[in-house]
Amino acid sequence: MIRTPLRPLARILPARAKGENPDAIERENIRLRHEVMRDKSRRRAEGRLLVLGATFVCAFGVIGLRMGVLAQTEPAEPRTSAAGADILAQRADIVDRQGRILATNFDTHSLYAQPQQMIEPERAAKGLVKIFPELTEERLLRDFTGKRKFLWIKRKISPEQMQAVHDIGEPGLLFGPREMRLYPNGTLAAHVLGGAGFGREGVHAAEVIGVAGIEKYYDDRLRDPAQNSQPLTLSLDLSVQAAVERVLRGGMNIMNAKGAAAVLMDVHTGEVLSIASLPDFDPNDRPRPLVQGNAADSPLFNRAVQGVYELGSTFKIFATAQAMELGLVSSGTIIDTSGPMRVGGFTIGEFNRKNYGKISVSDVIVHSSNRGTGRIALQIGAERQQEFLKSLGFFKPVDFEMIEASGGQPLLPKRWTELSTVTISYGHGLSSSPLHLAAGYAAIANGGRYVRPTLLKQDAPQEGLRVMSDEIAREARLMLRKVVTEGTASMGEVPGYAVGGKTGTADKPKESGGGYYEDKVIATFASMFPADDPKYVLIVTLDEPVETSGDKPRRTAGWTAVPISSEIVARVAPLLGLRPTIEHTPLADITQVSLQDGD
Amino acid sequence: MRSLFYIFSALVVIGLAYWAYYENYRTQDAINHAERLEGQIATSRQRLRVLNAEWAYLNRPTRLRELADINFDRLRLMPLEAQQFGRIDEVDYPPEVDLRLDFSGSVSITNQPDLQSGTGADQ
Repeated sequence: MIRTPLRPLARILPARAKGENPDAIERENIRLRHEVMRDKSRRRAEGRLLVLGATFVCAFGVIGLRMGVLAQTEPAEPRTSAAGADILAQRADIVDRQGRILATNFDTHSLYAQPQQMIEPERAAKGLVKIFPELTEERLLRDFTGKRKFLWIKRKISPEQMQAVHDIGEPGLLFGPREMRLYPNGTLAAHVLGGAGFGREGVHAAEVIGVAGIEKYYDDRLRDPAQNSQPLTLSLDLSVQAAVERVLRGGMNIMNAKGAAAVLMDVHTGEVLSIASLPDFDPNDRPRPLVQGNAADSPLFNRAVQGVYELGSTFKIFATAQAMELGLVSSGTIIDTSGPMRVGGFTIGEFNRKNYGKISVSDVIVHSSNRGTGRIALQIGAERQQEFLKSLGFFKPVDFEMIEASGGQPLLPKRWTELSTVTISYGHGLSSSPLHLAAGYAAIANGGRYVRPTLLKQDAPQEGLRVMSDEIAREARLMLRKVVTEGTASMGEVPGYAVGGKTGTADKPKESGGGYYEDKVIATFASMFPADDPKYVLIVTLDEPVETSGDKPRRTAGWTAVPISSEIVARVAPLLGLRPTIEHTPLADITQVSLQDGD
Repeated sequence: MRSLFYIFSALVVIGLAYWAYYENYRTQDAINHAERLEGQIATSRQRLRVLNAEWAYLNRPTRLRELADINFDRLRLMPLEAQQFGRIDEVDYPPEVDLRLDFSGSVSITNQPDLQSGTGADQ
């Protein structure tokens, strides 16, 4: 660019000649130059503002358009997702400790009708009754021809039934997909699993919700989509549970009992390997709860968890163990069990009015002496007895993974009198569930720690609260072993496995209150095996058993619960992989001779 | 020179456009394929679930017991008992088999008798 000089000679010289000030020319030129510069920078600034404005308009325009498009279009699933394949079903499976299925899901269909689309309602009703005999034709016809626009006919139908309905050819009969809960093992572990039903229902899907048992307790976990692909692993063992239920059912029939319950528990981990209550039900087709009468008569009632009973002499070992722990007695201390013994105005008697005289503490357990235990309990006192039983969990429902467990609140005396102390020491006046008793016996079996029973598979033993010393627990186990070898549970001996345990026969209290039945008992056998180093505790309880093979009907636990228990141990211990202790038979034709010095 | 540059740029644009479309179609193909596979996986998993349920149903303890009862004549299956546990010293040793290789009548195929005798001499 050619700049105009500020003082061009061509103008300055004539101006000088005229006597004008040449500076005026310079100033004029500077002004002009500044004007040019100003105009130039304004144009540039205007251009920049324009570009900036256009950019903003474009950017906001694009955003606005995109928002409009997003608002207008139909939502679409993302097409590629690796997560989609993981979701198997609405509800996670339940498996036993070895991964065998206890509860799974099954795809099936529901059947519903839209009567306004029907062409021949009469024919449809007739056809449906032929396929589902439990439906009534008049009712269906009334529904089909009435004002209803929609009705459910069946919640779940099988593929064959679906095909049959399809063959009716009625356009008003429609199918919706349904996921149903399937319990392939039928009645096995029915009370644990509980059952499932439909929650909120739509045509295309329905919620599957747990209605009882562990299905209800872990409903949120089982329905959580994040944990859907991992099954819930229980501590139960399918084959052990099957064996226990079979033996228990057979035993219940032989002993003419109204009901029976069994709990098999690992004493170190607290895992419940088998828990059974009879009579039972099929969780695939859960019966309705009784609307009248005693809830305990329903097959839905879980005797092992919900049923609280006075468990009788099985409690004696607790009083004895506590007295030894407190240093009041040792297993050899002689106790006077002779009568009469009156506490709080009541006479304490022995079974069959026997009198054992002066015997050792160990024999008090072996012969199951009420007076002996009562006298030991009086030495302990009510206060300390309550504390001990509380530490064994007998004061509150067991914290167990079943919704029904909270119903197993033990019944305690309102006032813990001296008489209560004595009667509770031999298991009367305090009602608890067999599961409570299992936890109590587990504490003796594992060397003095309370373990919480659990239905979930555990990896490690529980480090429970110590309730008695290892030494005392060992002595208590020796006494329990003696009960089987020389005491009331002589039928409890199982070849190959040393069993220790305590029988308990308690008269049933009358429902109307006031006294006990003469001829109705709860027979219990609480045992542990192998007795030298117990791994499992087994509780068997029979409701109103009577054994009629002899001249007189026999109701004591030694004749009823014990044989069943020993049969269960004989069946279950090999399944659990317990190595039997084999008595070595002397080899034939070999005589041991010893060579003595001098011979 | 300039027109050459324009032609070259146009070719590059065409090439890039072709590549972009090609990749786009390839991606769509891959997505379709993945969807098909996911569908197949879903069906297979559903089938697996049904088969698992059926397997569990067919292996339910009641049925197995009934089968064992029906076939008792042939199989003589009984519940596991304590007597069936054995000790390790009750198990026989396997019969002793002579594991040494038989070298009698072998034929020497080496063509270096010196080497053979040489190694033998060394030892």
